[in-house]
Amino acid sequence: MKLSREDVEHVAHLARLNFREEEKEKFTLQLNDILVYMDILNKVDTAGVEPMTHAITLNNAFRDDEVLNSVGVEKILTNAPDRMGGCFRVPKVIE
Amino acid sequence: MELSTLTIHELQRMLREGETTSVAITESVFKRIEAVEDKVHSYITLTEDLAFQQAEQADRNMQSGRGGPLTGIPIALKDIVCTEGTRTTCGSHILENFIPPYDSTVVRKFREAGAVFPGKTNMDEFAMGSSTETSYFGITRNPWDLSKIPGGSSGGSASAVAADECIAAIGSDTGGSIRQPAALCGVVGMKPTYGRVSRYGLIAFASSLDQIGPFSKDVEDCAIMMNAIAGYDPKDSTSVPAEVPDYTRFLSKGIEDWTVGVPKEYFIEGIDPEVLDAVKRAMQVVEDAGAKIIEISLPHSEYCVAVYYVIAPSEASSNLARYDGVRYGFRSREGRDLMEMYKMSRSAGFGDEVKRRIMIGTHSLSSGYYDAYYKKASQVRALLRRDFDEAFRQCDAIIAPVTPTPAFGIGEKMDDPLQMYLCDIFTISCNLAGIPGISVPCGYTKSGLPVGVQFLTGHFEEGKLLQIAAAYERHAEIERRRPEI
Repeated sequence: MKLSREDVEHVAHLARLNFREEEKEKFTLQLNDILVYMDILNKVDTAGVEPMTHAITLNNAFRDDEVLNSVGVEKILTNAPDRMGGCFRVPKVIE
Repeated sequence: MELSTLTIHELQRMLREGETTSVAITESVFKRIEAVEDKVHSYITLTEDLAFQQAEQADRNMQSGRGGPLTGIPIALKDIVCTEGTRTTCGSHILENFIPPYDSTVVRKFREAGAVFPGKTNMDEFAMGSSTETSYFGITRNPWDLSKIPGGSSGGSASAVAADECIAAIGSDTGGSIRQPAALCGVVGMKPTYGRVSRYGLIAFASSLDQIGPFSKDVEDCAIMMNAIAGYDPKDSTSVPAEVPDYTRFLSKGIEDWTVGVPKEYFIEGIDPEVLDAVKRAMQVVEDAGAKIIEISLPHSEYCVAVYYVIAPSEASSNLARYDGVRYGFRSREGRDLMEMYKMSRSAGFGDEVKRRIMIGTHSLSSGYYDAYYKKASQVRALLRRDFDEAFRQCDAIIAPVTPTPAFGIGEKMDDPLQMYLCDIFTISCNLAGIPGISVPCGYTKSGLPVGVQFLTGHFEEGKLLQIAAAYERHAEIERRRPEI
């Protein structure tokens, strides 16, 4: 086993997800299957190979620091699940 | 002949010569949708009112001589590209009511070109899937056999084109999500080079792999669509400021004296014999068209699925962190504090496949595992790309299967994620290397399911890709059947 049930609970917390008991069972099995398959990568000698992070080699994309039009607060807030004035409202953060 | 069955270039000629109108084309498309949509379910959202407004405007523009190649043409949009004022769900409960406040660049370009939008097409949730079965909004069925999947993740765009519920469509391809459903539904589908088409307003899945591309009824239409969407966009810093040629110029050039490579690693055990036969016949056609076929090697092919299913979920776990119930999307009302609200919104808002990939990605990137998974996969990815660089020193283009099998049955692979992932074995490398690829219909199985053949070329060689695809299409003379729905 690559991942125990406790590992799955830990990763779920990092990912901000909750699982029911029977889901934890299923996910532990399926994630282990997938991770075992990934072991095939250990067959490849990658000593000295630079990791590839982009499909196309690009340098930094700079632009002039000009003020352009933006979407606007009101329009952005139309999708807010909960709002107050010009802000997004969320449940209590601190005691 | 029903207008909905025609191609962009056929309809454009008719529009120019005053033989039809965009309103008539749009009526024909909606008549077809009315007739078959209950069975196929290509669309999540239909936008009939918008479509007719656009069609009327297009007709006015045509009359005053302001028409372009896409003016008045109904183009379906995968529900992953943001459309200002029209909800964009990405196939997910978490975005069920999301109405984008802006247009994606491709949508803006289509609007400016005078295209007509019949609706937003069904897809696997957040484009994670190979069958369109993970959509929150129900499954899409393959127009050629309603008991089969249409492929995925852009299954709704592929089925809409195949079933004549639009003239052409837009999809996105992260590991095969355009080419695989195009093959399984018998239409043309292209994934352009990474950076060729702006991703601005494309809901992100795996940002180093995602690319927008067209679905069409033939190769010429694919070139017309590419002319409309390709090009640098300052709003996507990964789009590339390279010159965009007129892609239609490549269509009639032919492939005499070309060398076309066949990767020996792609002819593996487990590939369906009817698919294998069809692809071998396609190789013969390419040879008859004047090209020389040679065997090439892509030695790291066997690792592509493992590389992809580390890199794509890792990027996805980061991209999908934004769905937290704060600014837009679904929010659970049950959480008592912020942490509970995050967890409950995400757990209720995402489906199982999305959660599985977020979990794989989070684990791969977590402390102590990063080197073993993400870094290792990125190194093997570099080797995969090197394989292609080496191959394209020996040949102009590569020919390969698109999928190991024809369309499979609905529900068949839903309980075995790994089996589902292996469907992408021939399409994934192209995304990892960033090169363009196209799927072109190459025949039918005995039971009448379509089969596709894939061509690949080097970075930014979409012109050459369309050149070989068009030459193949011309010489193969594949019988043009229509699905009976």
